[in-house]
Amino acid sequence: MVENRPLLNILTHLVLIVGVVIVAFPVYLAFIASTHGADAFARGLAPMLPGPHMIENYHRMLTSGLSSAGAPPVWLMLINSTIMALTIAIGKIAISIISAYAIVYFKFPFRLLAFWMIFITLMLPVEVRIIPTFKVVADLGMLNSYAGLTIPLIASATATFLFRQFFLTIPDELMEAARVDGAGPLKFFRDILLPLSRTNIAALFVILFIYGWVQYLWPLLVTTDSRYYTIVMGIKRLAASADADPYWNLVMAAVMLAMLPPVLVIIFMQRLFVKGLVETEK
Amino acid sequence: MATINLVDLQKSYGGNVMAVKGVNLSVADGELIVLVGPSGCGKSTLLRMVAGLESVTAGRIEINGRDVAKAEPAERDIAMVFQNYALYPHMTVRGNLEYGLKNRGTPRAEIDRRVTEAADILEIGPMLDRKPRELSGGQRQRVAMGRAIVREPSAFLFDEPLSNLDAKLRVQMRVEIRKLQRRLKTTSLYVTHDQLEAMTLADRLVVMNSGLVEQIGTPTEVYDSPATLFVAGFIGSPPMNLIPIEAMAAAEGFANVNLPPNTDIIGLRADQLVIERPEGETLVLDGIVELLEPIGGESHLHVSVAGQTLILRVPGRPELTDGAQIKLYAPPSAMHPFNRETGRRTDHIA
Repeated sequence: MVENRPLLNILTHLVLIVGVVIVAFPVYLAFIASTHGADAFARGLAPMLPGPHMIENYHRMLTSGLSSAGAPPVWLMLINSTIMALTIAIGKIAISIISAYAIVYFKFPFRLLAFWMIFITLMLPVEVRIIPTFKVVADLGMLNSYAGLTIPLIASATATFLFRQFFLTIPDELMEAARVDGAGPLKFFRDILLPLSRTNIAALFVILFIYGWVQYLWPLLVTTDSRYYTIVMGIKRLAASADADPYWNLVMAAVMLAMLPPVLVIIFMQRLFVKGLVETEK
Repeated sequence: MATINLVDLQKSYGGNVMAVKGVNLSVADGELIVLVGPSGCGKSTLLRMVAGLESVTAGRIEINGRDVAKAEPAERDIAMVFQNYALYPHMTVRGNLEYGLKNRGTPRAEIDRRVTEAADILEIGPMLDRKPRELSGGQRQRVAMGRAIVREPSAFLFDEPLSNLDAKLRVQMRVEIRKLQRRLKTTSLYVTHDQLEAMTLADRLVVMNSGLVEQIGTPTEVYDSPATLFVAGFIGSPPMNLIPIEAMAAAEGFANVNLPPNTDIIGLRADQLVIERPEGETLVLDGIVELLEPIGGESHLHVSVAGQTLILRVPGRPELTDGAQIKLYAPPSAMHPFNRETGRRTDHIA
C-alpha cells in the first residue's frame, strides 16, 4: 500500500490541508472575535485579523463574567466543569473496571444476565431517560449540587464493555499463574490487571473527560443556582441575552477558554491515549 | 521434596461429561512422572487438579500425605510451568521471579539469594531487568522455569512447557529440564502429547486415554510390553503394527508358536520386522511393497501383508520398487499378543 508518486503526494496533502482548514477556520474566527471590542461586529463584517482587546476581554470574562446575562465569572464555571468532568471520568472508570472484573473473572449466578443488564443501558442514554432521572435526582435533593451533576452520568456500559473485552484477551494462564503465586482476587486485580489496563484507562480517561466536559442538557436541567453552572451551558446563557445583541467578543473569549482544558488533557495524555487505542501487544 | 498420591481422582463437567474417570497414582520423592496421551485424554485436567486450578469431583490428592484436594493452589506448595509461559508482561524478569515470594512474605535477603541462584542455574542473569516481550521464546521458557525454581516447592508441575518452541529448541530445552530435575531432585509431574518427549524425560510414564490410565511404567517397560492396544499404538514411532490373527495365520512358522488363550491381535514393532533372514527361529510373512519413505539414515517401508499395511523401519535405503514381492521376518518372541475385545495383553508380562 505504500506508494511513492509525487503527484499523489501533492494530492493527498491538498486534501488534508483543505480538511484542516475547514475544521480550523471557525476556531480561528472565534479566536479573532475574542480579541476585538464590542463594536467590531456591529458593522456586520467579521474581522479577519486579531484586534487590540484580547487581554481586556479575557480578563473580564475570567474575573467578573457577564452579569447582565446571568452568568457567573468564567473561572467558576471552568472549575465546575473540571470537577464534573473529572468526577465523571474517574467514577466511570472506577465503577466499570470493577464491574468488568466481576463479570469476567468470577462465576456467580446470573452472571450473563448481569452483563446484559449493563449492556442494555447503552440503549438508554441520559437524553432518553432524562425526565425519570430528573425526578429521582430531585426527590433525592440533589439538584444544585455536584452529586446531582455527576452521579446520574457515572454508570457506564461502554466502559464496562471495553474493559470486559480487554480482560477477555488476557490469557487465563496469567490468572492461574498468579493464583499459584499466592495472589488472591484483590492482589491479582491490583498487581496484574490494573497495570495491564494502564493504557486502556488513559484512553478512556481522555474520552470520558471530554464526554463529561461537553455535557449540556443535564447541567442545564439540574442547576438553577449560578454557583453550579458549567462552562458549556454557561456559554449558552451568555449568548442568549434577552434584550440586546450578544457581546460576541466576550462570548467567544469564553468559548476559547472552554476549549482549553480538553485540549490540554489530550496533549498531555496523547502518547498513552494513542497507545491505548492501537496497542495490541499484551 | 515430596511424594504425591492420587486416590481414585475423578473430574466431571456438568455432571455427565467425565474428563478424568478415577486415576490412582503414587509418585515417589524426586521422581519425574510424565503424563502422556492424545489431546482430550484428561492429562491436562489431571495436572490442573493437582495444581488446584480445577476442582476435584471425587477422590483425594495427597502431597506429602496431606490431603490438599480442597486447598488453594498457593497452599499446596507446588509450582507450575505453563504452556504459554504466563509471564506477567508488565513486570521485569526479576519482578516475575520475585512475585510469588513477595506474596508469601519472604524476607528481602532471601528473595535476592533465591533469584540470583535461579538466574545462575538458568543463565538468565543478564536478562533480569528486561521485560518478557524483549525475550525470545526459549528465554521466556527459562524465566517461566525460574519462577518455579525460586519458590523451592515440593513439586513442579509442567503443562506442555515445550510445545510453543521450535523443534530444535525443544530438544535442547528437554535435555535441560531433565538435567535440572535430576539436579534439584524435585518431584515433578509433566504433561505432554509428544511421546518422544515423554520417553526421553520420564522416570515413569503414565499413558492416558479418555480419562483413564492405560499403563504406568518406566519408558522401557511401556515400550517393550505395552499393556493395551492403545498403548501399543500410541508409544513408538512409527507405531506398532497391529495385525489380526487371521492375517498372521498364513505366516510360515506361525503354527508352531504357542500363543496365550484369547489372543486375536498380534503386535509387531516396526524395528523388529526385518527384510533379511535372521539367524534362528523366525516367522516369515509374504508381502508386497507399497511405499518406501527414505528419512535419512533409515527408511520406513510400507508393506501390504494379507490386506494389512505394515510399517517397517529398515536401515539405509534398500533398493525396492513399489509392487515388488518381499519376505518379512520376525522372531516369534517379538510378537505382542492382544485381545481385541478387552484391548489388553493376553500374556502376563504387564
